[in-house]
Amino acid sequence: MKIAITSTGNTMDSMIDARFGRCAWFLIYDTETKLHNFLKNPAAEAEEGAGPAAVKFVAAQGVQKIVSGEFGVKIRPLLEELGVEMIANKESEKRVSEIIEMFNN
Amino acid sequence: MKVAVASGKGGTGKTFVSTNLFHTFRSMGISVSLADCDAEVPNSLAFINAMEHKKSDVTQYLPIIDATKCKFCGKCAEYCTYNAIFIAPEMQKIRLLEDLCHGCGACEVACPNYVIKESYKNIGKVTTYKIDGKKCFVEGRMLPGTSSPVPIIKQAIKSAEKIKADYLIMDAPPGTSCPFIQTVAQADFVILVTEPTPFGLSDLRQAVDSLRTLNLLFGVVINRAGVGDQAVYHYLQTENIPLLAEIPFDKEIARLYSKGTIVSEKMPEVKSVFENIVNQLKYYGNSGNKR
Repeated sequence: MKIAITSTGNTMDSMIDARFGRCAWFLIYDTETKLHNFLKNPAAEAEEGAGPAAVKFVAAQGVQKIVSGEFGVKIRPLLEELGVEMIANKESEKRVSEIIEMFNN
Repeated sequence: MKVAVASGKGGTGKTFVSTNLFHTFRSMGISVSLADCDAEVPNSLAFINAMEHKKSDVTQYLPIIDATKCKFCGKCAEYCTYNAIFIAPEMQKIRLLEDLCHGCGACEVACPNYVIKESYKNIGKVTTYKIDGKKCFVEGRMLPGTSSPVPIIKQAIKSAEKIKADYLIMDAPPGTSCPFIQTVAQADFVILVTEPTPFGLSDLRQAVDSLRTLNLLFGVVINRAGVGDQAVYHYLQTENIPLLAEIPFDKEIARLYSKGTIVSEKMPEVKSVFENIVNQLKYYGNSGNKR
């Protein structure tokens, strides 16, 4: 299963990005192959509609779960329709590597 | 001459200045009309005793996407500057996000399969009012839930221009974003209303930057003079911005205003402040005095 984690940087040491639509990077992780890659969020600087544009981008990666700080009202119905699970991580002090660890255990 | 009354900061007194200016022009026997362009919260009417003359709906283009015929090529979403079309080709999903749609119609043009059709939705009303049997006031009012008041502002100004008064005062929406730009861009002169506080100055700077970018002629009215500090005055001096008038911070003004009274009709000292603004506008309206 592929998951996406919003990240402030493109290394495993990076902190989780609390914003979804305007996050800096998406960390895409495959729980089976244990492979990961960082993708720059093309919607981060969008004037309007960053959320839906980010959903479009991240959904195209075929992820089934997204971990972020929060999910806004515009994107929640979209992700629900696509059957992508939203996991809101309220503790912003977490590193993305710690999130991955939680999936592996 | 078209005069916009604007400000970066909300609550500085745009409507106070607009409505008093409107009444002052009238009392001086000069032909004038007023357009309330603050379509999100229009309230000039609270200070004007006018009869409704004509009401018209403002509509906005709304694309209808037939998802059953869509080939999911993504062209429409690519053309949309506002990310208003959500498309997930892998899952055969396409949806218009109405809140984000500005109604430009680019998606319909983009679609190679003609599955996007045009429709129109109501977003607000423009109402023209008469005083003593003569048209002189126009109000733009947005319907709740509408994302942008811009088309309503455009329509309100168009209707007000048809009145063909010598002066048209446009009570602008607060801020410096699209609704503000839409209003001031139509003006020959902009009155920026501010208050002498750090907050007032910060937002005044933004408004001044926007007006300079648009190459517009403008001056400043300081409302609630006496509160705050001197920073706004120093700013106007160093930036060489004309100070058109000061309206004192006065409990009686606030009391009268809160009752929907035109203060310049009750307080001679306020009346003379507005007559002075009218005279300055006459000066700026003379094409020989333009920058």
